Amino acid sequence: MSVLADQFTAHTFVDAFRFIGDNASLMLSKTGQTCELAFAALGIALALALPLGLWLGHRHRGLFLALGVSTLGRALPIIVLIAFGLTVLGVGFWNNTAALVVLGIPPILTNAYFAVDGADRDAVEAARGMGLTERQVLLRIELPLGLPLIVAGVRISAVFVIASATIAAIAGGGGLGDIIVNQASYGLAGVIAGSLCVSAVALLTALALGLVHRAVSRSTTARA
Amino acid sequence: MATQAAELVFDEATKQYPDRPEPAVDRLSLTVPAGEICVLVGPSGGGKTTALKLVNRLIPLTSGDIRIDGRSINDQDVTELRRSIGYVIQQVGLFPHMTVEANIGTVPRLYGRSRQWIRERTAELLELVGLDPSYAKRYPAQLSGGQRQRVGLARALAANPPLMLMDEPYSAIDPIVRARLQDEFLRLQRELRKTVLFVTHDIDEAIKVGDRIAILREGGRLAQYDTPENILLKPADEFVAQFVGADRALKALSLRTLGQISLRPGTWLDGLPQIDASTNLRDALGFLLAGGSDRAIVVDDDGNPLGTVTPEDIVR
Repeated sequence: MSVLADQFTAHTFVDAFRFIGDNASLMLSKTGQTCELAFAALGIALALALPLGLWLGHRHRGLFLALGVSTLGRALPIIVLIAFGLTVLGVGFWNNTAALVVLGIPPILTNAYFAVDGADRDAVEAARGMGLTERQVLLRIELPLGLPLIVAGVRISAVFVIASATIAAIAGGGGLGDIIVNQASYGLAGVIAGSLCVSAVALLTALALGLVHRAVSRSTTARA
Repeated sequence: MATQAAELVFDEATKQYPDRPEPAVDRLSLTVPAGEICVLVGPSGGGKTTALKLVNRLIPLTSGDIRIDGRSINDQDVTELRRSIGYVIQQVGLFPHMTVEANIGTVPRLYGRSRQWIRERTAELLELVGLDPSYAKRYPAQLSGGQRQRVGLARALAANPPLMLMDEPYSAIDPIVRARLQDEFLRLQRELRKTVLFVTHDIDEAIKVGDRIAILREGGRLAQYDTPENILLKPADEFVAQFVGADRALKALSLRTLGQISLRPGTWLDGLPQIDASTNLRDALGFLLAGGSDRAIVVDDDGNPLGTVTPEDIVR
């Protein structure tokens, strides 16, 4: 910490950007690895958590599960997950992916559950009474009405997973974490440069999903 | 436009929830003839809404049967059954993410109707329920409570069902708009002749709307099933008499209009207040008492005098 404090000046940022410029291909490939890891994990988390959350919300069951998973997810440090995964999955991509999936599931699951569970009860009752099948009630009424909340959950999950993906470096996951945890080789400028790249990826993803959120909010919520 | 209405029969229909000592609906037996409005009315806990939801199987029967045109509801596919019944609820339940047209087109779409067909049908239905066809492109949040209820009715009528279930459709609407919606609904019904099962907790609404009234008491038991006139003038027991109120004789006056009683000649009298022949007797009596006059001239739609009326003529 004292080393960092000693060396950290406004100049460090200039050096960091210079580092990115000088090592463009390295930064690009490391950023690519981080993205690969993060988006693979996010995709798997989505595939697992979204259907489960929608189904539980539709049945208005499993509140305990939806809440429990989200609390657990927030309480579990990723480092513990990776350490646990090391014993089961060994070093590498899959251990890290598994840890990130576990981390990415809670916000998606919780939001999907509450989005569908909380969809306008009168509209849902009317839909059922008019003869929509359970599947049609879910896909045509509950899902569109809950979409803004669902996208918000995906957005939280995405930022969380991307930021945490750097920690994968300690278990051979590669990516920008390799640079961030290795100040000895890359210097402080390198560490900051790596952090800047992760931040950029996380921010851009959040921004993109924010736009999606705005678009679906506009098309699905009550207009005045 | 006219479809055949269906006869609705409750045959010992019973709903018993496992965790309750008393049934919600207890061996309910009644027949609603095709094309008539049957109002289920009673205190809360009487099982009115439960009885209504038994019909479209939102609540499954415990025992007994319900038949629509002789066919048991349990012998039909549940989604097919529901699509063939119009359903209107108190909070309307319009889909907030869909336009009025998409809302109205819900069931026709399930039947595979074309967009063009739905557009034309929407315009026709909006006109029928008293809304300008330009409302088709609006969203529910852009409508007033009364307008939403009209759209809800249009949506229930979209596939031209022979049977309509209406669960307290006007309870959440202010009295002035409610009275107008009731009048329009009755006018519509004279044209469409659907079989309607209508739930309300308001005895005045039941008297106004119903061809027949079924009074349910606690424990889901049928206390009386009869015409409004007989319910008011010949209550079956103390419970019914109390439920319809001590003013039931007065309420019975609302069943007839001035045009339906014999008037006194004497149209030449000047300076008397005028009253429309289509006014019901209860309102006419109120009009005479409030006006401080013991006599009024009854006029027809065109303002031609038909005769005169006094409070004694009304209560006789």
